Amino acid sequence: MREVRRKTPDELLREVQAEEAAIGKGHLKVVLGYASGVGKSFRMIDEARRRRERGQDVVIGAVQPTEPPEVEALLRKLEVIPLKNVKDGTGIDVDAILQRHPAVCFIDGLAYDNPPGFRNPTRWQDVQTLLDAGIKVVASINVQYIAELREQVQAITGKFPTQTVPIAFIKSASEIEIVDATPDEPVDPTPAEQMDAVHRQQRLSKLRELALVLAADVVDQQLTDYLDQHGIQQQLGAHERILVCITPRSNVTEMIDTARMIAERFHAELIAAYVAQAGISPEDQAALDERLAIARAAGARIVILDGESLVETLLTFAKSQGITQIFIGHSQRSGVASKLFGSPVDVLIRRSRGMDIRVFPQ
Amino acid sequence: MTAPNTSLHNGRPRGKLKIFMGYAAGVGKTYKMLEEGQELKERGVDVVIGYFEPHARKDTIAKTEGLEMIPRQRIDYRGSVFEEMDTDAILARHPQVCLVDEFPHSNVGTERSKRWEDVQVLLDAGIDVLTTMNIQHLESLNDQIMHITGIQVRETIPDWVVQQADEVVMTDVTPRALLHRLRRGVVYGKEKSELALQNFFREQTLVALRELALRQAAHEVEHRSDVAPSKHNKILVLATADPPTAMLIRRAKRVSDFLSAECFAVAVQPTGDLSELSPTDREALERHLNFARNLHIETRILEGTDVASTLVDFARRNQITQIFLAQPREGMWIPLLSRDLVQRIVRLAKDMQIVIVSNRETAAR
Repeated sequence: MREVRRKTPDELLREVQAEEAAIGKGHLKVVLGYASGVGKSFRMIDEARRRRERGQDVVIGAVQPTEPPEVEALLRKLEVIPLKNVKDGTGIDVDAILQRHPAVCFIDGLAYDNPPGFRNPTRWQDVQTLLDAGIKVVASINVQYIAELREQVQAITGKFPTQTVPIAFIKSASEIEIVDATPDEPVDPTPAEQMDAVHRQQRLSKLRELALVLAADVVDQQLTDYLDQHGIQQQLGAHERILVCITPRSNVTEMIDTARMIAERFHAELIAAYVAQAGISPEDQAALDERLAIARAAGARIVILDGESLVETLLTFAKSQGITQIFIGHSQRSGVASKLFGSPVDVLIRRSRGMDIRVFPQ
Repeated sequence: MTAPNTSLHNGRPRGKLKIFMGYAAGVGKTYKMLEEGQELKERGVDVVIGYFEPHARKDTIAKTEGLEMIPRQRIDYRGSVFEEMDTDAILARHPQVCLVDEFPHSNVGTERSKRWEDVQVLLDAGIDVLTTMNIQHLESLNDQIMHITGIQVRETIPDWVVQQADEVVMTDVTPRALLHRLRRGVVYGKEKSELALQNFFREQTLVALRELALRQAAHEVEHRSDVAPSKHNKILVLATADPPTAMLIRRAKRVSDFLSAECFAVAVQPTGDLSELSPTDREALERHLNFARNLHIETRILEGTDVASTLVDFARRNQITQIFLAQPREGMWIPLLSRDLVQRIVRLAKDMQIVIVSNRETAAR
C-alpha cells in the first residue's frame, strides 16, 4: 500500500516549478519527428509565439535553411539570433545567445555538425553549453538522426545519416513531445508517383514506429524516475516486461523464441533470471551457462538472484522490476513434497499478483 | 489517408476512418481534428461536423468557425432530454468527410447504443470520418487502465474497431504542459480542474497513460505495415461464469492481436449448453461469451463433465498452441476443486504453453 497524501493543485504546481528552478541548469525539451513535412517547425515556433505572448523571454537560436511560409510569418514576430556563417558552413551563434541570455531558446534542427573553428564540434554540444548556462532549450530532431538508430534507419531508408545526436542526450531531456502527423502528399499523383507513394508510406510507417517507441522509452524512463524520486513503490505496467526463469534443464529454445517474439511485438523489455542454487554439479553449471548465453544472444538482460525459496525470490524481484509476464518451464519434479504442497510452478501460479505466468513444455 | 480501401458496401467504397488518439482530456485531439477539417475544406472537400463537444474551450470553438455543423437530435428519454449525434441527418446530407468528436460515447435512447456504431453506419455509406478518443477507452486495456487510474472506464471501444481505422495518429503533449493548461483552467472550468488535478490528472498517472498511448500508436503503425505473422499461434481461452473471465478475455485478445494469432473462447458444460447452470451463472457466462464475440473472438460451448480433459482434448484437436486461464481464487471458501482445475490443465497440457492471468489490482489509491 502506498502512503502518499493527495496533493492540492497548488502543491503540485509548486512542485513542478520548484523542480524546474532547482535544476538550475536549463531544461531541455525535445520535439521529436519522423519525417519532414509533418509540421514540426510550425509546432515549435508556434510554441515560441505562445510563450512570448505569456510574457516569457524567448529567442530563436536556429531555423531550418528553408522554412514554410506559415513558419516564416511567425518568425517575423519573434526575435531571431541569426546563424553564424563561415566559409565552410553555418552554426548557431552560441556566444551571441549566451550574451543575450534569454529564458528560453528555440533550436529548429538539432542534428548538425559545426564547421571547423566553432566552439563545439556539434550543435547538440552547443545546446549543452546553453543548458549549462541556465538557458531553457526547446529543440527539434527527426528520429533518423539519432546516432544509435543509424543502422535501423539505413535498413529502412537506404541512407546512413552522418550528422547525428547520441540517444543519451535525447534521454537526458526533461520533456519530450512527438509530432505525429500525416506527412504532406502530392495532390493527384501520377501512377509512378503512386507506386513511389506506397514505398514512401512503408518507409514512413517504419520511421514513425521507431519514433513512437523512442518517445515511449523516454517517457518510461521519466515515469521510473518520478516514482523513484517520490518513493512510490508501485508498478503501473504501462511497459510490458518479461522475466524468463532459466534453470539448467529449461527448454530454453522455445522459451527464448517466444519471449523474443512477444518482446518484439510488445516492444517489451526482456530479462532472464537464474535463482542461484548451492552445490550445483559441473554438468548443470555448463548446461546453465549455455542457456544463459542463448538468452543473452536474444537480447535479454541476465540477472543472477540469491534466495532461499525459488518462488519468493522470483516474485520479489518481479515486483521490484515491474514485471508483467513470467515465463517458466513445467516442473519435472513430482516428489512427495510437490504432491503435498504443490510444485514451484503451482505455488507461483497461486501467489503471483498483477502479472501473467506462462508455463512452457519441458 | 492513404491506405487503399477496396471493400464495397452497396456498391460504394467504404469511407475511411482516422482516429486522433490522446491520453487525457485537454491534449488537443479535438483541436487537431478540427484543424484537419479546416484544411480539407480549404482544399475544396465537402466537410461537416457531425458531433462536437465544445467543453467551453475558446481555442477549440474558434476552430469550428466556417465549418457546417449538423444539428444534434434531441431525445426525450424517461423525462429527460438528451442530445445525440443525428446520424440520419448526416446520411441525408451525405458529405465527403464528417468530423465526430468523442468516439467512445454511449448514446441514450437512439437506434444504436454506441457512437462508434453510428460511425460504422457513416463509413458503410461511403463517408470518411475523423474522430477522437483517449487510450483509456480501448477495451483490451480496461484492466490496465483500472490499475493505473483506479477508474473503471465503462465506455469502451472494441480493439477491432480501432484496428479497422485507416489511420491512428497520436496527439501528444507533455504531462507538464497539460497540467499547466489545466491549472490555467483551459481544459475544464476552474472548479472542475481542482478536482481533476487531484484524481485523474496526477502526474504519474498521466505519464503512464501517455506511455500506453505511445506504445499503442506504435503497435497500430506496425499492424498496418505488412509484418510477416510470426510462427503460427492459436490461443484458447477458458470462459466460465466467474467475474475474472472478462479480464482474461481482454488480456488473451490483446496478446493474440499483438502476435497476429487466432483466438477462441470456450466454456465446458456437461450438457453442451447452458441449461444446467443456475440462472445467475447462466446469465454471467452468456454475458462473457457475448463479450468475447463482440471482440471478434469465436466462441463455443463444449460438452464434457471433466473440464480439464475436455478443454485439453479440444485444444489438441484444434492445434492450439497457448491456453489462457484465469488465476484460481484464493481463500477458505473456494473449493479445492476449482484450485485444482488450473493445476490439472497445466499437468495435462504439457505440450502447450499455459498462460495464467491474474488480476491487475488497483495501484492508484
